[in-house]
Amino acid sequence: MNGVADIARDGGVAWLGGASSVAPRWDLLFGAMVLLCGTVALGVCIAILAFSIRYRAGAGRGEPGPQRTRAIEIAWTATPLAIFIVLFVWAAHDFVELYRPPADALPVAVVAKQWMWKLQHRNGRREINELHVPLGQPVRLLMTSQDAIHSFFVPAFRLKQDVVPGRYTGLWFTATKLGEFRLFCAEYCGTDHSQMLGRIVVMPPAEYTRWLGSGNEQPSLAQYGFALFRSLGCSGCHEPASTVHAPSLDGILGRTVHLQDGRTIVADENYVRDSILVPRKDVVAGFAPVMPSFAGQVSEEDIEALIAYLRSTGATAAGAGAPR
Amino acid sequence: MSAIAAPALAAADDAPRTAQLGMWIFLGTEVLFFGGLFVAYAVGRAHWPHGFAVASRHTDVVLGTVNTAVLLTSSAIVAFAVACADHPAQRRWTALALWATAALGVVFLAIKGVEYAHEWSEHLFPLADFALTEPGAELFWVLYFVMTILHSVHLLIGIVGVAAFARATGAGKSWPTPGRVDTMALYWHFVDIVWIVLYPLLYLVERHA
Amino acid sequence: MSSVSDVIVRPPSAPAPAPSPSYLEDGHTLRSWLTTHDHKRIAILYAISITVFFFIGGLAATVIRLELATPAGDLVSHDTYNKLFTAHGVIMVWLFLIPSIPSVFGNFLIPLMIGAKDLAFPRLNLLSWYLYVAGGAIVLAALALGGVDTGWTFYAPYATMFSNSWVALTLVGVFVVGFSSILTGLNFIVTVHTLRAPGLGWFKLPLFVWAHYATAIILVLATPVLAITTLLVVAERLLQIGVFDPAHGGDPLLFQHLFWFYSHPAVYIMVLPAMGVVSEIVPCFARKRIFGYRFMAYAILGIASIGFLVWGHHMFVSGQSLAASLVFSLLSFLVAVPSAIKVFNWTATLYKGSIRFDAPMLYALGFVGLFTIGGLTGLFVASLALDVHLTDTYFVVAHFHYIMVGGSVMAYFGALHFWWPKATGRMYPELWGRIAAVLIFVGFNLTFFPQFLLGLRGMPRRYHAYPPEFHQLHMASSMGAVVLALGYLLPLVYFAYSLRATCRTSANPFGALGLEWQTRSPPPTHNFDRPPTVPEHVYDYATPTKAEPARTPAAQATSP
Repeated sequence: MNGVADIARDGGVAWLGGASSVAPRWDLLFGAMVLLCGTVALGVCIAILAFSIRYRAGAGRGEPGPQRTRAIEIAWTATPLAIFIVLFVWAAHDFVELYRPPADALPVAVVAKQWMWKLQHRNGRREINELHVPLGQPVRLLMTSQDAIHSFFVPAFRLKQDVVPGRYTGLWFTATKLGEFRLFCAEYCGTDHSQMLGRIVVMPPAEYTRWLGSGNEQPSLAQYGFALFRSLGCSGCHEPASTVHAPSLDGILGRTVHLQDGRTIVADENYVRDSILVPRKDVVAGFAPVMPSFAGQVSEEDIEALIAYLRSTGATAAGAGAPR
Repeated sequence: MSAIAAPALAAADDAPRTAQLGMWIFLGTEVLFFGGLFVAYAVGRAHWPHGFAVASRHTDVVLGTVNTAVLLTSSAIVAFAVACADHPAQRRWTALALWATAALGVVFLAIKGVEYAHEWSEHLFPLADFALTEPGAELFWVLYFVMTILHSVHLLIGIVGVAAFARATGAGKSWPTPGRVDTMALYWHFVDIVWIVLYPLLYLVERHA
Repeated sequence: MSSVSDVIVRPPSAPAPAPSPSYLEDGHTLRSWLTTHDHKRIAILYAISITVFFFIGGLAATVIRLELATPAGDLVSHDTYNKLFTAHGVIMVWLFLIPSIPSVFGNFLIPLMIGAKDLAFPRLNLLSWYLYVAGGAIVLAALALGGVDTGWTFYAPYATMFSNSWVALTLVGVFVVGFSSILTGLNFIVTVHTLRAPGLGWFKLPLFVWAHYATAIILVLATPVLAITTLLVVAERLLQIGVFDPAHGGDPLLFQHLFWFYSHPAVYIMVLPAMGVVSEIVPCFARKRIFGYRFMAYAILGIASIGFLVWGHHMFVSGQSLAASLVFSLLSFLVAVPSAIKVFNWTATLYKGSIRFDAPMLYALGFVGLFTIGGLTGLFVASLALDVHLTDTYFVVAHFHYIMVGGSVMAYFGALHFWWPKATGRMYPELWGRIAAVLIFVGFNLTFFPQFLLGLRGMPRRYHAYPPEFHQLHMASSMGAVVLALGYLLPLVYFAYSLRATCRTSANPFGALGLEWQTRSPPPTHNFDRPPTVPEHVYDYATPTKAEPARTPAAQATSP
């Protein structure tokens, strides 16, 4: 299956050791739920068994007196409700964290297609079905699909995110254990869905830097993006010296943009992608809608490179937010 | 244990109430059916406000308005038919009104056909040669055709039903009872109401933005 | 002594008035069956066709579990496997589970339970069955032509743009079956509103009727959204118009919202009738009133209404907004509360009862246990952070099978055993009934509990082949499936056996309350020879001084 090496095994039949910064919290919540739900399940089953034995036909029981049931019913309505709200808040709190990548997260561009994962590091180094990352360093994935919906799933990290065509979705993690961890596609995507496996390789930071620098000499993602910026003609309009009136793109990511129809948005990766492919969608106020579309001329990797270039021109703080 | 005897099946004069309740529930399902399309429309307009505005300017607002008037009139006439149906002596008027309703429905479909013909020649069908390049415009026209075609199918069913009632009433048959005519009219009114929602969505919103 | 052998000896000059024929004897031709308006015959027609589809879907599951017993995908090709799990899902959801209890037992029992002669729209009822059969035939045709490989959830854009299989044809079949559902729901609602016997107020109705009423509301409100969704997917596939295609300005997530808006309430269509069945069986075999009747009725309504508001919990990692996920998670926790109430109330009904463990009761108790586990695991996937890891894995597969199979199917079998005597006038062999119940319970747990562990370890869904570390658990699950299959096959044999004349039984062999037990077994076509008497309390099994009806001699004689 894609030549995946033997994955380090840990835990017995059920448990899979966690390897990311969110795994311990996940395991704690899961453990608490198992305790709680297990107790309830056991309680119900024991009650049924006990009543079945004690009150079986012919066992002789007293008159069942008039049952004052209201108090009990309210109690076992209100108690689960209260517990559920606590569980909801706990799980929601942990979930929200997944939407807040740290500002210093290493960006990695991911393109999923039937039936493989294509990944590209900031310096241009590409991988197929493998992702090398440094230990203890936040990594932020910017993902899109070329065809159907896929899903990036690393069980050891307790993380999963659908990868959708036509937009970017994001996932961030900090690996906390060295080793290799399985990557699965978790959204059914056709014939070879079960073959769309990969692995995350977590290395010590120094080794990662060495690995990153080795491999074929190639331009960084941002350099490649800059080259595209010129060769596609973007700089012809968007450079300051241009005679065409076009918005400046320096530090665009995270900047507040006022649109022609009165709306105000914060420019993120999805906005940049839409502007390249469907430029008339969100025209900036005060500019004529003359930008041509580049749909069909740029691949998903090209767009990710252009975004990397734009990111390198400086981003305001909000620009590091995860696209959803 | 007190005992209350159950009677036979609900008396015959309860049948209209039963049929009416059934029709209301069926219309409820239709609301949810079209509702999915309204949701798609709302999402599309939210994503592509400019594209939808541009696209909707190409709908034929004159014919659309005429059609709205046609349907509203037909609803008034079928309501008149329901009133006549209560008076067996006015059977001829009932039949006439029902025929007029069906006829107006046919007029609607004919006008719609003319609109489709225009839209075909203007390359507004969402096929490979779709004329508008504005992003989101094609989505508008996809929804336009799906919604109006579905509406027309429902209208056609209504026309056939009303015509059947008209014929039977004219021939003096007994099965078109006042209750049943009322139930049929209910369906007709519903088809009209769907159009009343579609008309502004497809013809009026942002026409002159 | 069976009711049918009521022989009154009269002098030859005065011939005995013949009792009106039972609904089974009222016309022996195939035509009389295929053109019947009798809700009971229609229920039998449904029962036969549903059984056929159950075993076809089960066959697909058998091949799946056989394949998954080993890590390599070596039994069938990738494409075939994908078509198998799709067929299993499509058939089991739309052609078995959704119609099962409502179309068989709802149809048969609702008029009887409310003292009516038939449903409000008998001919519409027959049309429902024909639509069901037609839709099912279309789905089978798609299978025969080569199958569909999108999964029963047929997500865009795979289903709309990338699948090379019979998507459109299958969805046309689903569309047609959907209308069968809608008409059945419509029929039930109008029936319950307009045909109740006088004195039968809402809070005297059996919970079975409450459950079907709520189910019917879901049927009529949710199914149309499925209808429009299938229509849009078919249009996109055939005409390449893109409502869900991002390249044309469409949104793949819109598909998911529309699909799950139906498909989440759909699971309540599958489970509420089952709960109604359990609420009839437990009081009867515990010889005690159901605990908290009003709360049970309100809980049914609560589940049905809140159930419409939680669909987004299938989309926590889909890319939907954070705000949406938060709202859907909270509502998903809320919908668990009425379900919990029902479990507690069934358990409390056993307290100080006088419990018999006939086969229906074994199935009902099995339901309570397995539904509890299934429902509690639902809390796991309702929890946002936990769902990130668990969604799209075997944990979810196990969760929904606990509810749908451990829950609904067990309740269906419980209903089969409980009302078999009423519908056929025959009694099944009790020992074999209990054996099958235990086999199914044990086999079910052996099959599906390991799948929770598989999901926890990260085993994704819909995988044809899998890495070796999942082998042991898959093997365990497949072995359990053998036991489960045996359990499902047994009733086929002994129910058929029970149709022999020597297995005749009485009108009320279990001593149950409920108006349906006041008429003969099997009932006459018009349901009641004499108008039934409406009791003061619907589950008045109360006092121990009430004589417990013995099993009829005829039935006892046939127990091996």
